[in-house]
Amino acid sequence: MNSKQRWLAEDYRAAKARMPERDYPFRTLSDIPVDPVYTADDLEGFDAAAQLGMPGQYPFTRGVHASMYRSKLWTMRMFAGLGTAEQTNTRFRRLLEAGQTGLSTAFDLPTLMGYDSDHPLSLGEVGRCGVAISSLADMEVLFGGIDPETVTTSMTINSPANAIWAMYLVMAEKRGARLERLGGTIQNDILKEFIAQKEYIFPPRPSVDLVIDTFEWGPRNVPRWNFVSVSGYHIREAGSNAVQELAFTLADGIHYVRRALERGLDIDEFAPRISFFFNAHNDFFEEIAKLRAARRIWARQMRDVFGAKDPRSWMMRTHVQTAGVSLTAQQPLLNVARVAIQALGGVLAGTNSLHTDAYDEALALPTEESAMLALRTQQVIAYETGVASTADPLAGSWFVESLTNEMERQCLGYFERIDALGGVEAAIDAGFFAREIGDVSYAYQREVDAGERVIVGVNRFTSDFPEVPVQEIDPAVEQTQAERLSRVRAERDPAAAAAALDGLKQAAKDGVNTMPAFMEAARAWCTLGEQMDALREVYGVYEEPVLL
Amino acid sequence: MSGSGQPLRILIAKPGLDGHDRGAKVIARGLRDAGMEVIYSGLRQTAPMIVNAAIQEDVQAVGLSVLSGAHMRYFHEVLHGLRERGAADILLFGGGIVPDEDARTLQEQGVGRIFTPGASMDEVVAYIRDSVADRP
Repeated sequence: MNSKQRWLAEDYRAAKARMPERDYPFRTLSDIPVDPVYTADDLEGFDAAAQLGMPGQYPFTRGVHASMYRSKLWTMRMFAGLGTAEQTNTRFRRLLEAGQTGLSTAFDLPTLMGYDSDHPLSLGEVGRCGVAISSLADMEVLFGGIDPETVTTSMTINSPANAIWAMYLVMAEKRGARLERLGGTIQNDILKEFIAQKEYIFPPRPSVDLVIDTFEWGPRNVPRWNFVSVSGYHIREAGSNAVQELAFTLADGIHYVRRALERGLDIDEFAPRISFFFNAHNDFFEEIAKLRAARRIWARQMRDVFGAKDPRSWMMRTHVQTAGVSLTAQQPLLNVARVAIQALGGVLAGTNSLHTDAYDEALALPTEESAMLALRTQQVIAYETGVASTADPLAGSWFVESLTNEMERQCLGYFERIDALGGVEAAIDAGFFAREIGDVSYAYQREVDAGERVIVGVNRFTSDFPEVPVQEIDPAVEQTQAERLSRVRAERDPAAAAAALDGLKQAAKDGVNTMPAFMEAARAWCTLGEQMDALREVYGVYEEPVLL
Repeated sequence: MSGSGQPLRILIAKPGLDGHDRGAKVIARGLRDAGMEVIYSGLRQTAPMIVNAAIQEDVQAVGLSVLSGAHMRYFHEVLHGLRERGAADILLFGGGIVPDEDARTLQEQGVGRIFTPGASMDEVVAYIRDSVADRP
């Protein structure tokens, strides 16, 4: 019996007899039991050099840069998009004036699903949960007055990612920017769409082919661009726990690497530009452990399993967003506190970039005031708390290191289960992810409903609360979009547009890289819907089996 | 149980382009565990598809889940669709990211309760039982 076990059996047991434990689930949100205390006994055989290294060194548990936030704070990148390109452009400029250091674009559902704003299925959805972008003309308005060579832009776009990226690049080119100087990110992670967010268009196989086209074309043409942001965020929002988020995201990343290698690409050419995106949820230490484990697992996979030689290929760079799913419509101002704590977790975990949710997002898109408050929350963490002064301040904590090890262990267990099913695409077909996430999310809701998990203001400490103002979307958005689309279709060279669409179809049929054809289509003013329709013809569309 | 002693039949539907299905699935499973017969539509349903399913499946209530901001359009279309088909006795309720003011407007037009993030399963179950029992 080690000293911790002895203490638990004697002192702690006696203390508990005098004063019983509170009625509280002493388990993380991933159901990992949490002990009353952690000691060196929990880290027997722990080799700090091998498990942690130094900041900026393999396996990057402590962060990917040696100087971390002492040289450069994380990028404060607020996800924004609403209504028309004009309305969003105004929001972008206000955020930049307020000290934001990068842009992040939220698109509306028609754009995410590859429909033009004037398509019948778009009715009522245009500009509602993001900005509507149907053609190069919208893209030019969206980035009006913003220099693409100095501001990096992230775009949350997946199934139509190639087309939207091409529109952005052509917009920048037309304004005299050089592609090799452009920085930014396209999310372009289709696997998590099948697993969680469900904004897919084509079946998995050709969808992943489109992603790999960017792995090939990106580094050779836009070398500073992150052509994929492998995303656990949405997996978590769909109801998974932290371990599943970690495991499924890394499994997706590994799947892309395998598919890129199958195409004959050089790992050290594409791997340095793979980026990641995680959730920062309520369970503070578990979230920190998750990100530290993620960097370590990725580094080991890339170096030891895939044989990458360039240290940049081993580094997992991350964006983090606070947990939208944790926000409540009840007492919405409470969300300010949740967001601040979650964001602090993301910073202590060493994220490279951060979005903080606005307190009103359980009700509507954020207002300008609520988005500004969320940005200011990051600035308070950065400038007032001192947490950015030293790298990975929780390293060496017996608890945090134990939790990091445990998350790594459970993640590798999931890798084995996914491989046993034949890999990620086969596991999607088998409904594996839907079942795993559905079970956990339902069990969590039952715990909340039973009052075992307390949500302040929801199942404990409830009270009446005043309504908060919500963002409204200009109802003219559909009209504005329809008019701009008509103008684009009327003024372009119809032969050039038709030829570009044929070229895109041909590239898809021939199985050659589609990115040059997407660039041509953007230049020829083909609309997003036209481009996606061309590919729907070639690839077909995907419908998921209905599973409960 | 409804008056006849048969389990309540409920359709949970996801209209439009929105793919966020955590809430819809959790509610569907919760209602099922509460003894109701639940039909889950799956994603990307149009209003006519939902109205058809509600009538064919002979449900007492339809729950729409919308997190995309397009709630006004879909609640209107389903409500009118049910009325046009002589199925106004079917309770239409829902959940999602819906501002209070929009929820009030919809309720004035004849839609039932709209549950927002943080709503508990027990609340939803009790609401459906009470409302369906009260209906003709």
